Amino acid sequence: MTDRVRRLAEFAIERTLFLCAAFSILVTAGIILVLLWETAAFLGDVPLSEFLFGTVWTPLFYDKHFGVLPLVAGTLLASAIAMAVALPSGLLIAIYLSEYAASPVRRAVRPVLEVLAGVPTVVYGYFALQFMTPLLQSFVPGLAGFNALSPGIVMGIMILPMISSLSEDALHSVPNGLREGAYALGATRMQTALRVVVPAAFSGISAATVLAASRAIGETMIVAIAAGQQPRLTLDPRVPVETMTAYIVQVSLGDTPTGTLEYRTIFAVGMLLFLSTFTLNLISNWLRERFREEYA
Amino acid sequence: MGMSSTSRLASATILVSGLAVGAAACGGGGDQAATSPSRVITVDGSSTVFPVTEAVAEEFQKASTGARVTVGSSGTGGGFQKFCRNETDISDASRPIKSTELEACSKAGIDFIELPVAYDGIAIVVHPNNSWATTMTIAELKKLWEPAAQGKVTRWNQIRSSWPDREIHLFGAGVDSGTFDYFTEAIVGKEAQSRGDYTSSEDDNVIVQGVSGDESALGYFGYAYYEQNKDKLKLVAVDDGDASNGAGPIAPSPETVAGGTYRPLSRPIFIYAKVRALERAEVLSFVEFYLSKGAPLVREVGYIPLTPQEQQLVQARFTARKTGTMFAGTDSHSQVTLEQRLAK
Repeated sequence: MTDRVRRLAEFAIERTLFLCAAFSILVTAGIILVLLWETAAFLGDVPLSEFLFGTVWTPLFYDKHFGVLPLVAGTLLASAIAMAVALPSGLLIAIYLSEYAASPVRRAVRPVLEVLAGVPTVVYGYFALQFMTPLLQSFVPGLAGFNALSPGIVMGIMILPMISSLSEDALHSVPNGLREGAYALGATRMQTALRVVVPAAFSGISAATVLAASRAIGETMIVAIAAGQQPRLTLDPRVPVETMTAYIVQVSLGDTPTGTLEYRTIFAVGMLLFLSTFTLNLISNWLRERFREEYA
Repeated sequence: MGMSSTSRLASATILVSGLAVGAAACGGGGDQAATSPSRVITVDGSSTVFPVTEAVAEEFQKASTGARVTVGSSGTGGGFQKFCRNETDISDASRPIKSTELEACSKAGIDFIELPVAYDGIAIVVHPNNSWATTMTIAELKKLWEPAAQGKVTRWNQIRSSWPDREIHLFGAGVDSGTFDYFTEAIVGKEAQSRGDYTSSEDDNVIVQGVSGDESALGYFGYAYYEQNKDKLKLVAVDDGDASNGAGPIAPSPETVAGGTYRPLSRPIFIYAKVRALERAEVLSFVEFYLSKGAPLVREVGYIPLTPQEQQLVQARFTARKTGTMFAGTDSHSQVTLEQRLAK
């Protein structure tokens, strides 16, 4: 092959790869533009203050209100329950796998845990609706057929491997010198793990937590199936609620005409959802950078 | 109505991938019906009528050779839009044609025959452990569901003071379903006027699931779905305060729905056949098949067949090619029975 041909091929390959990269960015930009466009049109009809601080959400009905707070409350409630399940157990699993488990155990348990993240969310949704809810109803008084508790718990199971794997990576990458130093000072294994290794891995653990929270907020299928479809401003986990994502699903499934105010509500809600997960991801990145302990 | 709960939500995820195929499949049908003498019968309209037409179409295609029936479910209104644009042969409808739609059809020069094919009732249901709400009056239902109730009527004892002081959890049809239009019109008085703070779904299975899992719940949906879930739900008898069509509270059943005593929450459902399309042999034989062999299929999919006399009258109406609507200026749940209308 001559030099010229090789240079040409090299050039073509480079351009192709560039186009691939540019494509994903263009798609993202396109999505954001559409969101912005439709949200701006929505905010032309509904004042921002009513959207953000209103407490009643009934855009599809006769007496229309556009207060997004009930959807936000539903989303936060379900996500908070998920985090309450996933954070402690995920962290304990990570500490066990990194600090206590023998290496073969670690190698076996990790992939098994990660299978949890690979289960299709529609399966989790029906698991919550058909199994978890009836089970919880046998001992939680007043638990409705659709509620925030059951999908919250199941969502916690789903994001558990996210927290445990990422946290374990963080814990595992803490240099052994720190552990040895702690042991040399007479610390027990538990003291070493909790007071030395975990603080040293704090940035990674908190980044994992925030990322998992962002995943929970954006989760759609589980809550659309098992949490109900009633926007309700409540922190009671036993009654039907509607999350932002579930609302978008509900409207998309119907035949709401394009261009109407009803139709634009899903973009406004989508924008809010996008902003919240985007912010969380930024925070996660920032945490990772800001609190990274450098070990030479 | 009509889709199973699994398919409805699951279909959301595959919707995008299916769109391309679906668009290709739907696109051709309308033009074919209008222009070429192909053997495709196009039906569209109400999702409530869809299961019936779908069942009839299936049997018809088994029995006849070559003819294909495509059944859409874009809603009664959407169906009439296409019908009056000459895109479909037959329109499914869960309410009589409206005057605006009538106008659109006559402008386009489309004559149709209005054929009632079955009855559908809307069932009011509560949890089996609910011991208090055995009957409700229309006024109580209105108080519970009208827009003014939004955020205000939230406890059982606000509807009737003897009922317990506990929260009421409401489940009902989604705004895109014909059941919603019909229920709001019959109970609140104006179509599409409803409170918004309830669990609303176009999928009746979701409402079944919600009410059967919640002792404080009350919901409404098509009677067909009650039939399939009798063991998990309890019916509320409805009192319309009019003794002329049966005194006191009446619960929906095949007899009370077809007999016209379960008022105002029972209604006939229709197909509208385009007269010009009947010149095509396959359309003619499909409609004849629908009228003569439809009744057992109607029962099979959970609806209530017309009475034998009504079936005869419908048959006669079709044979005489009597065009136009029998509901001009009225609605399908007023006091005149379907039989009286048909006999006119």
